[in-house]
Amino acid sequence: MAILQRLLAHKLAWIGLGIILCVTIAAIFAPLIAPHDPFQVDLLKKLQSPGGAFPLGTDHLGRCILSRLIYGARISLSIAVAAMTLGVTLGLLAGMVAGYVGGKLDALIMRLCDVLLAFPQLILSLAIVGILGAGAFNIVIALSIAQWAWYARIMRSKVLWVKESNFVKAAIVSGTRSFPLMLKHVLPHAISEIIVLASLDLGVTILQISGLSFLGLGIQPPTPEWGAMINDGREFFRSEPGIMFYPGMMIFMTVLAFNLVGDALRDALDPRSSQRVKMEDLESKLQHQV
Amino acid sequence: MQHYIVRRILQLIPVLLGISLITFLLIQLMPSDPAIVVLRVNQVPVTEAAIAAMRERLGLNRPLPIQYFDWLWHVLHLDFGNSYVTGEPVLQEVLHYAPVTLKLTCFTAILILLIALPAGILAALYKNSMFDQMSRMFAYTGTAIPSFWLGFLLIYLFSLKLKLFPVMGSGTLAHFVLPAITLAWGPAAICTRLLRSSMLDSLSQNYVLYARARGVFERMVIGQHVFKNALLPVVTFFGLSFAHLLSGAVIVENVFALPGVGRFMVKAILSRDYPVIQCFVCLSAFLFVSVNLIVDLVYGYLDPRIRLGGVNESAH
Repeated sequence: MAILQRLLAHKLAWIGLGIILCVTIAAIFAPLIAPHDPFQVDLLKKLQSPGGAFPLGTDHLGRCILSRLIYGARISLSIAVAAMTLGVTLGLLAGMVAGYVGGKLDALIMRLCDVLLAFPQLILSLAIVGILGAGAFNIVIALSIAQWAWYARIMRSKVLWVKESNFVKAAIVSGTRSFPLMLKHVLPHAISEIIVLASLDLGVTILQISGLSFLGLGIQPPTPEWGAMINDGREFFRSEPGIMFYPGMMIFMTVLAFNLVGDALRDALDPRSSQRVKMEDLESKLQHQV
Repeated sequence: MQHYIVRRILQLIPVLLGISLITFLLIQLMPSDPAIVVLRVNQVPVTEAAIAAMRERLGLNRPLPIQYFDWLWHVLHLDFGNSYVTGEPVLQEVLHYAPVTLKLTCFTAILILLIALPAGILAALYKNSMFDQMSRMFAYTGTAIPSFWLGFLLIYLFSLKLKLFPVMGSGTLAHFVLPAITLAWGPAAICTRLLRSSMLDSLSQNYVLYARARGVFERMVIGQHVFKNALLPVVTFFGLSFAHLLSGAVIVENVFALPGVGRFMVKAILSRDYPVIQCFVCLSAFLFVSVNLIVDLVYGYLDPRIRLGGVNESAH
C-alpha cells in the first residue's frame, strides 16, 4: 500500500497514467471512437486539411488520419505487450532455472546472455526481422529474442539472493519441493523489480516497433501503425507536414507516459534509489535509444 | 594492471566466439533457402539444377558445424564473403560507407559533450531551479522522442522554413548539423542527468566539506574536487554511448539520406543481401565489445579496487 501511495504522490506519474489510460481506451474501443474506417481509400479527398469531417485531415490516399491514429494505438500497444510478455517470460524462466539449478546449465545460460547482450539491441532486432521477414509476428519474435537476456540476468541474481535468505532455507529444511518453492517463495520476491523494468521497457519497445516500421521492416502498410504512417508521410511532408506530425506525436506521448510511470514506479519501490547514480539503468536506456 | 588487461582480454574470447556463432546461426533462421535467394537476386531462373549447383557453390551441402568453422576461418581473415547483389567483398563495401557514419558519430559525440557538460553542471549547482527543471524535462523528452520524427521536425523547421541548413545529402559539413543534433538529443539528455546526479553525489562528500572548511574558493572546490570526481561515470557513459550511436545512426541516416553504413544495412536487408547483414551485425557487436573493454580498462586504471578483482565480481 505504501508503494501505491508513494506512486500516487508523483504528479508526473498521474500525467503518465492519464495518457496511458487514454491510449488504452482508444486501442480497445477503436471501432466505436474512430470517426471513419482507417482503411477507407478515397482519392477524391486526399491531403485534406484538418477540419470538418476529418478532424486531423486526410493522408495521401484520402484516409482519415485521426481514425488511423486511433487504430494505430491498437497495433502499437498489442505488439509491444506481446513482445514484452514473451521476452519477460522467457527471461524469467531462463533466469529462474539458471539461478536455481546452477552448475553447468547456469553457466551455459549466462554465457548465452552475455553474448546476446554484446549485440547492440536495435541492430540485433533489425537483423532478425530482416532475416525472418517483416510482419507483426516476426517483430514480436525479434524483440523478445533481443530482450530476454536482460531479464534472465536480473532474475538469476534475484533468485541467488533469495536462495540465500533464511525463509527459503527454512522452507527447504521443512521439506518443500523445489518447484513449489520457486513459485511460492522466489518468484514473488523477484517479480516487483521485473515489473518495473518491464513497464519502463514497454515505452521503448513501442519506440523500437515504430522505428522498425519506419524503416519499412516492421508493420507493413496499409496497416495503420504509427511508425509506418510517418514513413508514408515522408514524401508529402513539405506540403502536408501533418501526416507525419500526428503519428510522431502519438509515439512521443505514449512512450513519454510509460517512462514517467516507470520512473515513478521505480522510485516508489525503492525510494533511496532516486538520488543514486544508476549506471546500469542508464545503460539500458541507452541500449534502447531509437 | 597488466594482469588485469590480460585477464579481461582472455575473458573476451568466449564472448567473441559466441558472437560469431550467433551471427552465423542468424542466417539459419531464414525461412527460405539461401541458394534460391541468391538465384532470385541475380535473376537466374530458379530450377532444380540451378539450386543444386548454387548450393554446391555456396557450400550449403556440408554439415552445419563444418560450414560454421569454414565461415569463422574466413571471418578471422577478414573475409565476410561476397555481396549477393554486387558480388563485391562485403567488408570492402561496408568500409566504403564507414567514413560518413564515423563523421556523423564524431560530430554527435562532440555535440553531446557540448550540451551535457555545461547543462549537467548548472543543473547540479542550481538544484531544483528553473534550469534544473528544464533539464529534467529535456531528459524526459530525450528518452521518449522517436529520432526519425525529431529528424523530420528539425528538417521542417530549420531547412524548409528557416532555410538554414540543406535538406538532405552529405556533401558539406552543414549537412551533418541536423543529423548530429537528432542523434545527440537522447544521449545528451541522459548524460546531462547523469552528470547532475554524480555532481550532487560528490558535492555531498566529506572532502568537499573539508575543502570548504579550509576556505578554498568555491570555484576551486567545484572545479578541482567535485567536477573531477563526478566525471568518472560520465566517461563510462560516453564510451558506451559511442558504440550505441552506431545503431542510432541506422535510423538517422535513413531520415537524412546520408550514405552511411546504417543506410547500406537497411538497403541490404530489403534486398535480402544476407552476407552484408551478417558482416554488419558481427562488426557492430565486435565494436560494442571492444568499447566495453576499453571502458573497463580505463575504469580499472582509475579505480584499483576493480583491477584487483574485488568489486567487479561481487557486483554481479
